[in-house]
Amino acid sequence: MISRRDFLQATVAATALWGASGVGNWGRLAAQQALTQDKLLEFDDYGNVTLIHITDIHAQMKPIWFREPEINLGVGEVNGQPPHVTGADFLKLFSIETGSPHAYALTYEDFAALAKGYGRMGGLDRCATVIKAIRAARPDALLLDGGDTWQGSLTAQKTAGQDMVNVMNALKPDAMTSHWEFTLGIDRVTEIVEGLDFPFLGANIFDAEWDEPAYEPYKIFEVGGAQVAVIGQAFPYLPIANPKWMFPNLSFGVREERMVEVVQEVRDAGADLVVVLSHNGFDVDRKMAGNVEGIDVILTGHTHDALPEPVMVGNTLLIASGSNGKFISRLDLDVQNGQMMGFRHKLIPIFSDVIEPDAEVAALIDAEREPYKAELGEVLGTTDSLLYRRGNFNGTWDDLICNALIDEHEADIALSPGFRWGPSLLPGEPITREDLHNATAMSYPAAYRSEMTGETLHTILEDVADNLFNTDPYYQQGGDMVRVGGMGYHIDVSKPQGSRITNMTMLKTGEAVDPTKTYVVAGWASVNEGTEGPAIWDLVESWIKKQGTVTVDPNTSVQVTGA
Amino acid sequence: MQLTRRDAMALGLGGVALAVLPKAATAATVEELTAAFTGGAEVGSGGITLTAPEIAENGNTVPIAVDAPGATAIMLLATGNPTPAICTFNFGPAAGSQAASTRVRLAKTQDVVALAKMADGSVVQASSTVKVTIGGCGG
Repeated sequence: MISRRDFLQATVAATALWGASGVGNWGRLAAQQALTQDKLLEFDDYGNVTLIHITDIHAQMKPIWFREPEINLGVGEVNGQPPHVTGADFLKLFSIETGSPHAYALTYEDFAALAKGYGRMGGLDRCATVIKAIRAARPDALLLDGGDTWQGSLTAQKTAGQDMVNVMNALKPDAMTSHWEFTLGIDRVTEIVEGLDFPFLGANIFDAEWDEPAYEPYKIFEVGGAQVAVIGQAFPYLPIANPKWMFPNLSFGVREERMVEVVQEVRDAGADLVVVLSHNGFDVDRKMAGNVEGIDVILTGHTHDALPEPVMVGNTLLIASGSNGKFISRLDLDVQNGQMMGFRHKLIPIFSDVIEPDAEVAALIDAEREPYKAELGEVLGTTDSLLYRRGNFNGTWDDLICNALIDEHEADIALSPGFRWGPSLLPGEPITREDLHNATAMSYPAAYRSEMTGETLHTILEDVADNLFNTDPYYQQGGDMVRVGGMGYHIDVSKPQGSRITNMTMLKTGEAVDPTKTYVVAGWASVNEGTEGPAIWDLVESWIKKQGTVTVDPNTSVQVTGA
Repeated sequence: MQLTRRDAMALGLGGVALAVLPKAATAATVEELTAAFTGGAEVGSGGITLTAPEIAENGNTVPIAVDAPGATAIMLLATGNPTPAICTFNFGPAAGSQAASTRVRLAKTQDVVALAKMADGSVVQASSTVKVTIGGCGG
């Protein structure tokens, strides 16, 4: 599908060819050609080092639908810069034809119709085929997993991540870093990490009491005659965005000064190439690439962005490989005498109907799922609407969850966290228990019922908004905006904290939210220890069963300005 | 070499507060503490590194480190706390390095400021915003 001359190839000295925004002609010949496995895998080996990057799988072993975001705003300097480009703008930026396979894989428009034509994406058995093909060409290629691997499905939930550990072990990663892994609890993480055949890297994970490094910061590999240092950077805000009590003795943080120190350390140890395997999120990585000298490649993660071309910051390449097993990035590098001389890159979309599953890994996945087969397959209801989560403000999956919370908990207002994980469902499809768990499975699922004043609600929305729209990426703490049911609001993303959120309105009555009045609020995934309530998946399952067929009306309750 | 917060407070109050503010019971302000520390010297930048987390994992105990080679004294201020003075470190001629770290309690999102006085009497400053957040909702 993509011919050799369409691959980006440029020496680092000639980066002016395509500048810092990653604009190129990736899709020019991609359209209107038959999808075949050979074409998807076609790659003219280059240089002496190959990196394979996969990240944010969220325990999705089987192919899924995953609608990319419609709204993904960048603030400050990154406004309008990739990955903050969506839909038609994205297609134009990367010269991708509307309605083409890559338009389906990378953007949201016409998603349901294109999905029917092009099929599900991902599946770790298909990923295995791609990884094995790359290794056949480049036996010493490094497979690097950016984390968020062990959480996000019913089976990962029931096995405390063991199903994913077993399947990933079959793919033989060379290193990984982490985020949601720690929500399994520190004891479980320690148990798994002790059994891994590859390092679990995190230069920014420290012992909270002694402020000393708690995990291996990096590993140096010999690849194609070059010394390749891979530095791990875990999600910086784990103790803030996720329940700290689950890993009480660990401290994280961006720790830029630590990255400077570790880059120096690996250079002093003779590294020819410095790769950061990161779960910072794209904008944090972009800032870090600009501030820290000496990083050649950052394999980004956390924000689930898929970019068909690298973004360059100075001489640092930023690679974004999507989520849920939808994509694998292959990056070939020419490394000579301690310098990256040039590269060739391909974001490989995992079209599950085109790429043959690897038989061995397919069998392993089936074996992991076998004990839960009946449970996974039970149909709870049907959806009339496209269900998806990804996007800055709301998604229909969370609208559904909020509707269920309001009904089942007899609440005025519902809050659902702005997670980025959770695949999509097409209109007319049955909702199975597996589908529901794919959108909710995690280790602190209590669906609480509580009372809050209008003022408290405002404070919460302002706090979360600042974690997303602070103009300094190092102060952006986590996920997308908290999703709200029963209440609408206006947000000016360009304002500072405290003045972004206005016009909070109760949707049922049209009345303004009164700061002094108390409202019944239902929500889930509180980071506070001891939160009480049924698991969110039990509450939503019971609600879906009562509904039979679920319809989610278009959500127009959030008015956005300042973007 | 290491002054307690009480000592730092006493310095600030003794030096300036009485002269400026008749309400001696009120905590010394950032301006007062700075004026007392600098003795009127102009405040420059560079030569001082302040390391603080961008977002506090626990606002009750935020690790702060400061390094100012050649300094004779370093003062730390939490500009948004009811009592902004954190502490002042004094370094004698035998000090191997002019660096210190401590943990502080931050009431809310604010700038932490470090001022270092050099042997020649010049003063340099660094500051860092530390956000204290409710948390949750991590993608």
